[in-house]
Amino acid sequence: MEIFRGISVAPGVAIAEAVVLEAEEYRIPYRTVPEGEVPREIALLDEAFHKSIEELGKQEEWLNDHLGRDAANVFEWHIGVLKDPALRSGIEKLIREQRSSAAYGASTVMRNYQRRFMQMTDPLLVERMRDVQDIERRLLRHILGESREDINHLTQPVILIAHDLTPTQTAQLANTKVVGVALDAGAATSHTAILLRSWGRPGVIGLNDISIRVSGGDLVIIDGIHQLVIANPDETTLEEYRARQTAYIRLTDELDELADLPAVTRDGCRILLHSNIEFPQEAAVGVAKGSDGIGLYRTEFLFLQKQEPPSEEEQYEAYCDAIRGAGDCPVTIRTFDLGADKYTQQRQYEQERNPMLGLRSIRYSLRNLDLFKVQLRAILRAAVHGDVRLMFPLINSLMEYRQAKMTVHDAMEDLEEVGLPVAREIPIGMMLETPAAAVQVVEFCREVAFISIGSNDLIQYLLAVDRGNERVSTLFSASHPAVLRTLRDSIRACTKAGVDCSLCGEMAGQPLYTMFLVGAGLRTLSMAPANIPEIKKLIRAVTLPQAQRVARRALGFDTDGQVTNYLRSETRKMLPGDPI
Amino acid sequence: MNGILVDGKAMERKGGPQVLQGEVEAECEVTVPNTEGLHSRPIMRFVDAASTFQSRIQVENLTLGHEPVDGKSAMQMMLLEATQGSKLRIQASGPDADEAVATLSALVEGGFDADATRRG
Repeated sequence: MEIFRGISVAPGVAIAEAVVLEAEEYRIPYRTVPEGEVPREIALLDEAFHKSIEELGKQEEWLNDHLGRDAANVFEWHIGVLKDPALRSGIEKLIREQRSSAAYGASTVMRNYQRRFMQMTDPLLVERMRDVQDIERRLLRHILGESREDINHLTQPVILIAHDLTPTQTAQLANTKVVGVALDAGAATSHTAILLRSWGRPGVIGLNDISIRVSGGDLVIIDGIHQLVIANPDETTLEEYRARQTAYIRLTDELDELADLPAVTRDGCRILLHSNIEFPQEAAVGVAKGSDGIGLYRTEFLFLQKQEPPSEEEQYEAYCDAIRGAGDCPVTIRTFDLGADKYTQQRQYEQERNPMLGLRSIRYSLRNLDLFKVQLRAILRAAVHGDVRLMFPLINSLMEYRQAKMTVHDAMEDLEEVGLPVAREIPIGMMLETPAAAVQVVEFCREVAFISIGSNDLIQYLLAVDRGNERVSTLFSASHPAVLRTLRDSIRACTKAGVDCSLCGEMAGQPLYTMFLVGAGLRTLSMAPANIPEIKKLIRAVTLPQAQRVARRALGFDTDGQVTNYLRSETRKMLPGDPI
Repeated sequence: MNGILVDGKAMERKGGPQVLQGEVEAECEVTVPNTEGLHSRPIMRFVDAASTFQSRIQVENLTLGHEPVDGKSAMQMMLLEATQGSKLRIQASGPDADEAVATLSALVEGGFDADATRRG
C-alpha cells in the first residue's frame, strides 16, 4: 500500500484498476494470468527481449552510419541492459511466482529501477530514468504488440494516471470509461484542473511522481475529499473506502434534492448561482444541478478540440446549443481566452518567454481581428435565440474595452448588411481579472453593462504567482488579505455604480469563501456545476448579517493563514459533518 | 558488519559465499578518474570486459557504502552511482580472478580509454 498526497480537483471516491498513460499511451490490459498461461507469458517476454535487442542493434548500426559513433553509443547501454540475464530473470520470477502478466512484470521491474535512479543525487544519473523508461516502453511495445489499447477503447472502468494531460486530452475523458484521474503535474487552477472539475469525477493532481510509482493494473483509490491517492490498498483500507464511496453517493443524492430549491439565505436574500461551462452540452447539466444560468461559457474549447479554427456556422451551432440547453436562463458567453496555457493547435509551438504576461486573451483577439469578428458574428446571431450576454476576458485598459466593443459594432453592421437577425441590444461586459482593472473599476463601471470577477487570474497577477507552477502554486491563495481587499473594493464600486457584479473563478465554488463573498456584497456566483449543490446548501444555512460579519472579520486579518483558519471554522459551523 | 550469513554460518564477505575449493579470490581498490563518472559508455566497457572472465565479479562503491553489485550487469553497474572521485572495490572469485581484477582496475584507472580496453 502506498499513499500519495496532492490537490483535489473534484470530490468523491473512485476505486478501480490503474491505467498509466505514457507518451505512447501503453495500457497494460491485465495484471495477472491463470497458472496455465505462465509459459505463454514467459515466451512473450523472451520474444520481446529478443526483438528489442534486434531492433536496437539495427538502430545503433543506422545511427553509426548516419550520425557517427557518439550517436550510436546512446543505445549501447540499452542493449547492455536488455542483455543482462539478471534483469530478464527478475521479470520471469514475477511471472512464475506471482503469475504476473509479462507486461505487468516488465513494467513493475523497470519502474523499480526508475525509482532508484530518481533518488540519486547526480543529475546525469537521474536522467538515466528516462533511458529505463525508454527500455520499458520498448519491451511493452513488443509484449503488447497489436493488443495495445488507448483510453478510447476501454471496456471496464479504470483510473487514469499520467504525468499530465493536455486540455484536449482532458476534454475527451467524458467519452471514456475513466472513473478517476491522478496526475503528477498541475495546480488547482490549471485549465486541466478546471476541465477535470467540470467533468465531475474524482481527481487528484500535483502528485509529483505517481505516474512512475504506479503500474498499469494496480488497484488504486482516489479520495477526492482528502486529496489522497492510495495504490494497492490493504483489505481494511479497501473495505473502508468502499463504505465511504457509498456514503458519498448518498450525500450527493441528498444534495441533488436541493436542485429545485432556490439559493436563498435564511433571511430571504436571493443569491444567483450560475454555472461555468466549456461545452454546449454542459449547459443542460448546469441547469439540472440547480443553477440559475450560465455565468461563464468558455468558448476557447471550440478551438482546442480541432486543428482548424471553428467556422462561423460551427460556432453559431455550438452557441445555439448552449442557449437551448440553458432553457430560459441567461447565458454569458466569453470571447476566446486563447494564449498562455490555452493555445490553438497551430500556435502551441511558438513559445513566448512569459506567456501569462504575453499575447493572450483579449489581446490575442484584438491582434487577430478576422478571427475575433467571426466569433462575434456567431455570438450576435445566436443571441437572438435567448437571454445572452457578451463578455470580454482580461480587459486591462479602457482603450482595450472600447476597441473590443467597437469590433462588436462592426460585426453587427456586417450582419445587418447581409440581412441576418442580430441581437442589437446584447449587454456587453468585461472580466475584471487584472490589478489594473481593479484599480480603475470606477471608470469601467461608467462604460460596461456588467462585471464578472475572474478570481483565478486576478489572484495570479495580484500575488505574482504562476498558478500552474507547482514550485510556487502553494503561494497562490485566495485568502491573501490583498486579494480580499481588492475583491471588497471592486464589489463595492460596482454596487455603488449600479453595475451587475459576479465572480466566476474557483473561489466561487469553494464553500470556504461563500460567506465572505456574499457578505462582501456579491449576489451572483458562477462555478462548476458540480459545486452548485454544496454552495446552495451553505447559502440556505446562513443569514445575510452572519455573512457580513464573517466578511468584516476576515478583512481584519494580516495573513492568509489566519484568514483560511477563520473561514474554515465559520464554514464548518454552518456545514457540520460536510468535508470542507 | 562485514559478514554474510549463509546456511546459518557467518562467512567473510571477501570471496563471497560461492567460492569453491581451488578457486582464487582477488580484490583491489580504485578511484574513478573521469569527469563524467561511470556513465553509459564506460559502464559498457567495464561490463564487456568483465563478461570475458569466468570469475564472478562484484563492484562496491566504498564512497557511498551501498551493497556490492554484479560487475557483469549493465543495470547494476549504473546503479553503483560511481561519479568522479568515487572509491570502488573490485572483487573477483573464480579461476581467472587475479587477471580479472588486474584488467578491470586498469580499465577504471585508465579512464576507460580504448587503449586500456585493448590491453585487457
